[in-house]
Amino acid sequence: MYSFEPDEEQRMLIDAVERYATNDLRAAAHDADEAGELPVELIEKGWELGVLQASIPEAYGGFGERSAVTGVLAAEAMGWGDLASALAVMLPATYAMPVLLSGTEEQKTRLLPPVIEAEWKPYVAAFIEPSFDFYAGDMRTTAKKDGDMYLLNGEKAYVPFAETAEAFLIYAAVDGQTQAFIVPAGAEGFIIAEREKLMGIGALPTYRVKIEDLHVPIESKLGGEQGFDFSPVLASTQVAIAALAVGVSKAALDYALPYAKEREVWGVPIAQKQSIAFMLAEMATEIEAIRLLVWEAAWMLDVGKDASKEAYMALNGASDMAMTVTDQAVQVLGGHGYIREHPVELWMRNGRGISTFAGLAMV
Amino acid sequence: MGKGEEEMISFEMPESIRKTAVLMETVADNMMRPVARYFDEHEHEIPWNYINFMHEAMKQMGVGAVTPQKSKKKREGPRLGFQRQAFMLEMLSWGDSGLFLCTPGGGLGSAAVQAAGTPEQKERFLSCHTGDKPTFDAMALTEPHAGSAMPAEVRTTAVRDGDEWVLNGEKIFVTAGHKALVDSDGFVVIWATIDPAAGRAGVRPFVVEAGTPGCTVTKLEHKLGIRASDTVSIVLQDCRVPFENLMGSPEVKKKKTKGFKGAMATFDATRPLIAAMAVGVARAALESVKQMLEEHGIGIRYGLPRNRLTNIEREITDMETMLRSTWLLTIKAMWLADERKPNTIEASMCKVRAGDLVVKVTQRAVEIMGPLGYSREYLLEKWFRDAKINDLYEGTGQINRLIVARRILDYSRHELS
Repeated sequence: MYSFEPDEEQRMLIDAVERYATNDLRAAAHDADEAGELPVELIEKGWELGVLQASIPEAYGGFGERSAVTGVLAAEAMGWGDLASALAVMLPATYAMPVLLSGTEEQKTRLLPPVIEAEWKPYVAAFIEPSFDFYAGDMRTTAKKDGDMYLLNGEKAYVPFAETAEAFLIYAAVDGQTQAFIVPAGAEGFIIAEREKLMGIGALPTYRVKIEDLHVPIESKLGGEQGFDFSPVLASTQVAIAALAVGVSKAALDYALPYAKEREVWGVPIAQKQSIAFMLAEMATEIEAIRLLVWEAAWMLDVGKDASKEAYMALNGASDMAMTVTDQAVQVLGGHGYIREHPVELWMRNGRGISTFAGLAMV
Repeated sequence: MGKGEEEMISFEMPESIRKTAVLMETVADNMMRPVARYFDEHEHEIPWNYINFMHEAMKQMGVGAVTPQKSKKKREGPRLGFQRQAFMLEMLSWGDSGLFLCTPGGGLGSAAVQAAGTPEQKERFLSCHTGDKPTFDAMALTEPHAGSAMPAEVRTTAVRDGDEWVLNGEKIFVTAGHKALVDSDGFVVIWATIDPAAGRAGVRPFVVEAGTPGCTVTKLEHKLGIRASDTVSIVLQDCRVPFENLMGSPEVKKKKTKGFKGAMATFDATRPLIAAMAVGVARAALESVKQMLEEHGIGIRYGLPRNRLTNIEREITDMETMLRSTWLLTIKAMWLADERKPNTIEASMCKVRAGDLVVKVTQRAVEIMGPLGYSREYLLEKWFRDAKINDLYEGTGQINRLIVARRILDYSRHELS
């Protein structure tokens, strides 16, 4: 049976996240981007909404069941507020969710409660690598078995909060298969390089990391010795980033629309001109269509279907949408859209990153 | 299924719709694809084999070509009529959209009767489709001077004369009008004004049945595509219909525009169905290209970042993304219709996107297959020609953009036109 209506519980969560996005994220976004820093209280307030906590079962310190659809709905609202803050608030999920989905019972019991039961702390995934043709299914960071240890070598990029992180989930290829390893902060061979300078998400501190002969015990391999199936984890991050993109795009539309009704040209609001009105109609249509694609992929994850193709398409579609829609929003504002007093240029910079950001969020 | 379950976001295709779709795929494979080229090259020849087969099949299924027919059984569970219709149309248009438009039973005329008719009128007019012989119906809105401005600028008049209405005027671009009036005992819904001074408030739909004196099919159009389907002009010359053939109120009250709203309600139902047809053609072209490439040893690798894809892989994955998202939007518009919720904005959105989709996909399909794509040996060039109508009828892409824009901006037609 098709249905496109969030249930009551989801509706309540969306309302709460929307309030936070409107009152807190929007208020802080501009200055945080300029300063390159996120206020800790801001992140903590978002963490207290309990989006991740609600998707972890009680046995591991949470109070609910994982639902990718619910996660997507929350991510949309969070992304609407501010992408950099959303990535920070949702950060622990990039560590906890793969453990929940693919960890051994021992790993889940040991690793999840410290993340879930405490206040927000940076639990981080080291996923992306600094090469133009980076592909999650073909990592250049490698893990080789060495006795009862794995030996990791390679380089990672876009590692958020690396300097203050509690622990890392490092993705690496084992015989060509993408696997993941849990590594505490301060491990020898895990060398944090300088903070990265990016076009967008400037408020989120991200780092390059060099991995040189990093020794990881076998029991820290996600899923135990036999490892885990990367495909649903990849789909989950693709869907999460795509949902954030829906939020960013919706923000751009919601900003451009009232602007177009107020801004006049020759005594008439520009929204009454078809060239502007049609652009707004196309933005709205695109968002509505891609949103459903993201929802479908998330729903497939929830019912246990193979969502890899759908999640891939959702992220590709969402990436194009974010780029097109944020660009159109800047266009509606004209020269004003290019000025950093208005948020649309920030959303445009953030939107361009969507195709790169897989690995930075999970639902 | 519990109440809580029904309310959750779900993309599960209902089993009964799946069965319908499988059946339609068999029809498409066996009754449509093999003769698609023939009826494209023999414009205006009537595909009676297909028509007679579908007449029997649809009678058994209790469905019409465009609208769900009234079921004798009491409904159990949620309404699925419009969603089922969308899946049927998608699949039959995947088979052949020209032939699909020759499907007997409820067409656009029925859709108008369903949207604007009283229970008695529905019973009276729609029953013609359940007889022994296949019948057709059509909707006539466009006139030589105006298309998208309809129905506000209708010039065809209806004047009351005792127990009858007398219709005068000319209608053009009437899909299946020949089949409805000449080749079968069907009907056409004619939009006419009962008060030319009242503007769109005076516009009403009238049912004109086949054989009514004064109603003449005057021109059979030759078209770019969908050539199996007839498109005609109809002239009404002192055409008399019973008083009861008027749908809606015979009075014109100020500020009451029920007739106009009737037309709009029709579009909320039919626009997503056109979108479904467009998606069907696009899917046909895309699948065909993939299959032809595979025969040449070229497979599509999913999951790779775009900068590792070949141009063909990128084109195809992008088109599949657009296709799937457009189809989901179409299903949502139909789901809203089944739920009896407002769907005007979604109806126009999916129509806009499906028009863009099918035109783009069929253009690219011809381009990707090069000399083979352009050749009439394959159906790709035909689908390219068939595709364009979807961006035109039931409101062009531009008119539907205008509707979406007005809705999201909360503008009247005076503020944004």
